[in-house]
Amino acid sequence: MAQEALFEPWNDPNEPPLIQFKNVTKKFGDFTAIDDLTQDIYAKEFFALLGPSGCGKTTMMRMLGGFETPTSGTILIAGQDMNNVPPNKRAVNMMFQSYALFPHLSIYENIAFGLRRTDMAKGAIDARVHEMLKLTRLEKFAQRKPHQISGGQRQRVALARSLAKAPKLLLLDEPLGALDKKLRQDTQFELMDIQEKTGTTFVIVTHDQEEAMTVASRVAVMDEGRIIQVATPDVIYEAPNSTYVADFIGDVNLIKGTVELRISSAPVKDPETEVVAEDIIDDTPNPQPNKLGEWIHDTLLSPIIGERIEPIKRLPPPSTAELAASQEKMQTAQDGGLLLNWSDKNPTIIVSNGDETKDGATLTFAIRPEKLNISKTKPDAPNSLQGKVIDIAYLGNVSTYYVELIGGQMIKAQMANARRLARRDITWEDDVWVSFTDTAGVLLEH
Amino acid sequence: MRRFSLIAVPYIWLLALFLIPFLIVLKISLSDAALAIPPYTPQLDFAGGWDAVKTFFADLDFENFEFLTTDDLYWKAYLSSLKIALISTGFTLLIGYPVAYSMARAAPEWRPTLLMLVVLPFWTSFLIRVYAWMGILSNEGLLNQFLLWSGLISEPLTILNTNAAVYIGIVYTYLPFMILPIYSALEKMDDSLLEAAEDLGCSRTSAFWLVTIPLSKTGIIAGCFLVFIPTLGEFVIPSLLGGSQTLMIGKVLWEEFFNNRDWPVASAVAIILLLILIIPIILFQRNEQKQREAEDQ
Repeated sequence: MAQEALFEPWNDPNEPPLIQFKNVTKKFGDFTAIDDLTQDIYAKEFFALLGPSGCGKTTMMRMLGGFETPTSGTILIAGQDMNNVPPNKRAVNMMFQSYALFPHLSIYENIAFGLRRTDMAKGAIDARVHEMLKLTRLEKFAQRKPHQISGGQRQRVALARSLAKAPKLLLLDEPLGALDKKLRQDTQFELMDIQEKTGTTFVIVTHDQEEAMTVASRVAVMDEGRIIQVATPDVIYEAPNSTYVADFIGDVNLIKGTVELRISSAPVKDPETEVVAEDIIDDTPNPQPNKLGEWIHDTLLSPIIGERIEPIKRLPPPSTAELAASQEKMQTAQDGGLLLNWSDKNPTIIVSNGDETKDGATLTFAIRPEKLNISKTKPDAPNSLQGKVIDIAYLGNVSTYYVELIGGQMIKAQMANARRLARRDITWEDDVWVSFTDTAGVLLEH
Repeated sequence: MRRFSLIAVPYIWLLALFLIPFLIVLKISLSDAALAIPPYTPQLDFAGGWDAVKTFFADLDFENFEFLTTDDLYWKAYLSSLKIALISTGFTLLIGYPVAYSMARAAPEWRPTLLMLVVLPFWTSFLIRVYAWMGILSNEGLLNQFLLWSGLISEPLTILNTNAAVYIGIVYTYLPFMILPIYSALEKMDDSLLEAAEDLGCSRTSAFWLVTIPLSKTGIIAGCFLVFIPTLGEFVIPSLLGGSQTLMIGKVLWEEFFNNRDWPVASAVAIILLLILIIPIILFQRNEQKQREAEDQ
């Protein structure tokens, strides 16, 4: 794990990329499959192309394999322009979605197929095939035909065959699509293991975000022939750059609203400094008018001297006992950031990690369901919203609560089922509080 | 019981329409020719009781089969038939494979039309189509007229009534039987197999020989048998398009039956032909079974 954290060639300006897409466009008739795409992929990376079907991810991979040529732009592999190099002259091998195993050849001959097309000596071919059989744990099946083995074994044969020629780059087209879930998870780790052992650069195409997140060092999320975001799986998940990415990767709640600078600072931990802080920020006139003064101001004077400035409503100072208790569980908000106005019936959302230069913009607040907490009493949290439980989806390890906030906005909250189902205290039609910290979500522009 | 009666239907069919006629032909082949109606003896006469049946079987012998070995006409005719059948199967394959291949590679919306065009000649009587070839191939026929007009030849070619005309007729007639099984094998082939072969270092040509040909093997074998088996006993084409030097066993068979009225010898010829054909028929069945097994997987 520590090793993986160090592996970040994309952040090293001196590292030459293995693959370079330079303004690549691919058109099929009127349809633009790849739209002016520029992207570098580095040696030993496990690079995932993720997107819905028809987003161009397969076309991108087929261009690397040499099965399609770009309409314009260039693709470089190890610095060499690949536009006129046919598939059989590339140090690139591909593992096909259908596996494309030769049905008339044994497993052994399938793996040896590529090696026999080279001038490799017979003994060396045999040694290499056995090495591959061992790597993929297929020794027992060497003499079988592809139709005599299971789907998972076929997948490993396809992998062994594509790795046999020790390519610089291995392309995997939905490699695990035909496997059932359990086998897929096992195979994902096997793939990562083999990738690490062989040191080959892997480019994988998948529409399964979980798969991409599991195996890849970097994930490229694609839509309509463009790469929307390229980043490590954790950045893609925690800091998506658009609502498209946020929505495509995992589950997300999207709340649209306008933002403003946060004028008041958060409650501060020390009660003594808290008083000081409030004095500094409190710019309401002192002394305050009484009821009659307010009435006179509102009805007669406001056209002349402007709107009356409302005082900040203050709670009575907490007792020492209360303070001590809240000190423990109070989740304090950091300074700065933005406030999201999104509904006149609900309080604004504090987003202390918001970009302050975006003041006044209309943004979308994205927050993952598992970052929301749900409780029957008002919690001490920087953000808490009131609503009613409409539906509960029980998934075993977690439950998803569909909460309708005041004003009708639906929100999904996910809670780990630490307790047994029978002891769960929140149920349908319950009035609940949905709370989250001030840094749990992100503000997205589009 | 119900299962048994269901299986019985095809068995009764085979018994009535294949085994019984075969036994009759076999019996005639063991008889002697006679100036009678029907033109052979002995006749089975159940009225004579057990003794008559015994003398009937005593009269049957292998004389006619022995006769076939004494006259070299027969084995020459068998060999010549085998040669013509083998060569025309080869030609049919050479022409049929590219046709089937391009059909399988054609755009999917075109395939039904192409398939239709291959089957279309069957809508016209086989005999009429062979007569049409006589019109095309004769000395004053369309082919010669065209060649003379184009200046390629100055004298008309003699094609009709030669072996060449027989080959043309056979290849033309049996081409669909070659194209259809090969097409069906090629159409099922996954294109990604060829891409995989190229990806692993094959050129387009070597991918064809290493992947396409082996995968269409069952279609090729089926097509070859479907052409070879009926061609071996072919009678209409050699007698209409072939000349006097065209020796085919089907023609000999016809002449024995109708010109010589020697039913026993003709039956013996037919039995030997059947025995020769049993080998390729068994091989063909085995190929079909193998293909079915492969598809079941």
